[in-house]
Amino acid sequence: MYNFKTLYEATSVAEALTLKADHPEALFLAGGSDILIKIREGRLAGVDLINIYMLDELRGICLEENGSILIRPLTSFTDVAMHPVIKKHLPVLGEAVNTIGGPQVRNIGTIGGNICNGVPSADSAITLKAYDATLEIVSTEGTRVLPYADFNLGFGKVDLGPTELLAGIRIPKASWEGSFGHYIKYSMRKAMDIATLGCSANVKLSGDKRSIKQLRIAFGVAAPVPIRSPKAEELAKDKTITQDLIDRIGEAVLGDVSPRSSWRAGREFRLQLIEELAKRATVEAIGKAGGTING
Amino acid sequence: MDNRSVTCTVNGRKRTFMIDVRSSLSDMLRGEAGLDSIKHGCDVGECGACTVLIDGKPFNSCIYLAIWAEGKTILTLEGLSTTQGAISDIQQAFIDEGAVQCGICTPGFIMASIPILESDVPATRDEIKRQIAGNLCRCTGYEHIVTAIEKTQKKRIAERARQV
Ligand SMILES: Cc1cc2nc3c(=O)[nH]c(=O)nc-3n(C[C@@H](O)[C@@H](O)[C@H](O)COP(=O)(O)OP(=O)(O)OC[C@H]3O[C@@H](n4cnc5c(N)ncnc54)[C@H](O)[C@@H]3O)c2cc1C
Ligand code: FES
Ligand code: FES
Repeated sequence: MYNFKTLYEATSVAEALTLKADHPEALFLAGGSDILIKIREGRLAGVDLINIYMLDELRGICLEENGSILIRPLTSFTDVAMHPVIKKHLPVLGEAVNTIGGPQVRNIGTIGGNICNGVPSADSAITLKAYDATLEIVSTEGTRVLPYADFNLGFGKVDLGPTELLAGIRIPKASWEGSFGHYIKYSMRKAMDIATLGCSANVKLSGDKRSIKQLRIAFGVAAPVPIRSPKAEELAKDKTITQDLIDRIGEAVLGDVSPRSSWRAGREFRLQLIEELAKRATVEAIGKAGGTING
Repeated sequence: MDNRSVTCTVNGRKRTFMIDVRSSLSDMLRGEAGLDSIKHGCDVGECGACTVLIDGKPFNSCIYLAIWAEGKTILTLEGLSTTQGAISDIQQAFIDEGAVQCGICTPGFIMASIPILESDVPATRDEIKRQIAGNLCRCTGYEHIVTAIEKTQKKRIAERARQV
């Protein structure tokens, strides 16, 4: 038996928003793989919940008319990884969510819950950051659109007001088209373990595939929130692909990160991982884009 | 407390339960329905000892609200036997391969393996390990479990091929 107080049940998004406006202290319950655990552990015992798990209008993935990929927040990790639109246009996101937990967790956990929970190890978050996702946030007051870049306010804190619901995650066409990405999760165990460090890199190459037109690189657990490395991205712009460039990308990312020591790993080890994973993920992404290192 | 009725199909039978809204699916199936194959292991999604299939997919019933089961089709280990007292091929394979020691993890492993057993694409040992990565066993060392699943899948594929 879970120790929560009241369970409000929403049968539509509109009803969920009204319930939230009436009970701003209550938490939305999606797949529960964060909340129900915290209730069991006592950290959230006695909370009020608004059950949105049954709302199928918040589930699914589609390619919109303007070419944006729209991911509804209640889509499970399994469904993200299996979806034809993701497999075809954004396979790296499927690869990233496939590193989460085990099959049972991937069936219940939702991508929206993963980013709303706001922790830096969230495996979906790192790739969504690397692809300049935008978020559709709704309340009884209306809708606002926020770049995902501005969503994380601090460890476990996100820019969601007490009456707001995340209703959509979008990857614009200009962001996914022609980009090839790679995700590396470094963890102590191959499954059922959260990331000691995560790195998601994607590149667009020049027509002759000899140089990088655009690099985007994001990290998890390299700071209190998932972050990008503007220094490395600036450095790589319009540069010929050489081993020297890869090495300098690895050095440049260190200027943008601020990892901490935790029981999982010390700061020094994390810095080493950041440099190494940045290089490996970039090289893999270049390979997927059909490029090679020209010396 | 707030009580609710939940109607779902459990092991082929449509059933209605009156439950406290705070119940997990494992509370409902083990506590109310007496399906003791479902274990309260960790109760936080880490060990897989409470695995059941919901609409054909494995879920940890300890972190699934019972009310979410409304209208769903649920399969537990008890539903694998065809006739009273008989056990299924995968259960027999676990016994034959020595994949059961204390046994507390066994029903969860078997339920997690069903999607592989029902697939016609032979799974490699690595693929089997990935499919059971959400289940913990503290006794057997896993290798015998993987073998039991591997052999049962091969047998089923061969049987299906004979039937067509
Ligand atoms: C055994 C186990 C292993 C795990 N392994 C990993 C791992 O390897 N990598 C990883 O990244 N994560 C891992 N997780 C955590 C991961 O499952 C969760 O972060 C999950 O994605 C959260 O989604 P949910 O739907 O279950 O969220 P819930 O627990 O329902 O919600 C999480 C938070 O988000 C809020 N929320 C949810 N949806 C919305 C919405 N649409 N609008 C506004 N707020 C919302 C909730 O109010 C709550 O605060 C693991 C969890 C478990 C139990
Ligand atoms: S008892 Fe459910 S996963 Fe451990
Ligand atoms: S047989 Fe004892 S835990 Fe697996």
